[in-house]
Amino acid sequence: MSEFAFLNGNEAVAWGVRLSRPHVIAAYPITPQTKAVEKLSSFVQNGEMDCKYLHVESEHSAMACSIGSSSVGARTFTATSSQGLLYMSEGLPYASGARLPIVMMNANRSIATPWNIYGDQMDAMHVLNSGWVQLFVEDAQEALDMVIQSFKLAENHDILTPVMINVDGFVLTHTYEKVEIPGQELVDSFLPAIEKAPHLMNDQDPMSLCISAGNQHYMEFKIKQHRDMFKVFEQLESIDRDFEKSFGRSHGGAAAGYRNEDADVILVTTGSVTGTARVVVDSLREQGIKAGLVKLRLLRPFPSDDLFELIGKAGAVGILDKNISFGFEGTVYTNVNSSLLQKGYRGRTFNFIAGLGGRDITKENIEEMFSALLEQKGETVQYFNMGCAL
Amino acid sequence: MKDFKMSPRPLWKSLSDVPMGSSCSSFHICDTNAAWRVFRPVMDYSLCIGCHQCYLLCPDGAIHKEDAKVFRIDYDFCKGCGICANQCKPGAISMVKEDQV
Repeated sequence: MSEFAFLNGNEAVAWGVRLSRPHVIAAYPITPQTKAVEKLSSFVQNGEMDCKYLHVESEHSAMACSIGSSSVGARTFTATSSQGLLYMSEGLPYASGARLPIVMMNANRSIATPWNIYGDQMDAMHVLNSGWVQLFVEDAQEALDMVIQSFKLAENHDILTPVMINVDGFVLTHTYEKVEIPGQELVDSFLPAIEKAPHLMNDQDPMSLCISAGNQHYMEFKIKQHRDMFKVFEQLESIDRDFEKSFGRSHGGAAAGYRNEDADVILVTTGSVTGTARVVVDSLREQGIKAGLVKLRLLRPFPSDDLFELIGKAGAVGILDKNISFGFEGTVYTNVNSSLLQKGYRGRTFNFIAGLGGRDITKENIEEMFSALLEQKGETVQYFNMGCAL
Repeated sequence: MKDFKMSPRPLWKSLSDVPMGSSCSSFHICDTNAAWRVFRPVMDYSLCIGCHQCYLLCPDGAIHKEDAKVFRIDYDFCKGCGICANQCKPGAISMVKEDQV
């Protein structure tokens, strides 16, 4: 039977992992992810999970162990954040290139220096090209549910791609919410035991894993990997439909609109700030302003078709980035702008950079973003909640 | 110069023929040696006792077993490291400079 509990995002992720029954967890603690792996560690210690928990000496080792265990067909989970993600980044393309269905929680946090432990999405953007599915969640319930869905997605034999679930540091990881914990039997029937893929290590059919391929063959491997990633859109939607049938909750596909159908101006968000933006959209609508919202759930693969469908008719679009690509613009903006351009979008696009290093993104900030969109004023790239003049 | 070839280059008509996740049989897709080997191992079959040491210890799997006592070196993939010659107890393998073959 499912039950309700008062959990923070880290604990919600830990519960999602526990219910998914992984064989192996290899993780190294780092703020703000620590509580998630502490909780998992205690689940294993108390015998509440039948799982091998590897206390590794670093994030690089955490990814190496995850690659090893996933290579023999074990359901594998790891979690990290920020500098830890960067330290394990060498292993990330190995996991995706070898088509290993590892699931990872990344507690989004800023990158040093200056040293800062608070939330922004700079870490995820650093590894956007690592070949992992990149998913962003809005609240603790979505975090728990997406752990279960992500194992099903990653382990699908058409996909076989590792999934990174991005959970905003502190705003989600350390904030308590009412969360529904589904019953174990229900999860077991939704997510059966992992079905070992034929390309994994197998003593009956020995193969070389992670072979080298020269200039005559490498490119075909990479284009195959690239094209297989697009299959995620359809699978994610189908998994979410099944999830709704079993659990009565749906989180949608790659992108989700909110009051966007007739909107003149639309804000595109990723992660927890979507919740704040919903409140602002509601209050603007009460004033008769046609404001809308599009929540991007996937950054890789990137949902160009969905996005154009959701945004196409709006006169101006603002993309909220909790990251910056130094010397250019926000990375989400680059992606959205490129795909809208390809689809022939004719409205103006703006890039709103905010929330770096845990700086608050207030309702007032989001109202300012919408007024910039309505008046189509100012620079293309704008900074919000700055403490001083530019 | 090709002496022995274990498996042919794969023919991929479409991406569905490409192995999943860079897992496949060895000798499948590595490139052949581009003539940078300095010394090549040369077998004297009259001295070979069929002990399998060269076959087992070649780090690149470039020595193939053709018959019970006939081991062939695939010069397309041999890098000339000399481990086989060093391990060969009866001295059936000698390392010969490429320009003196």
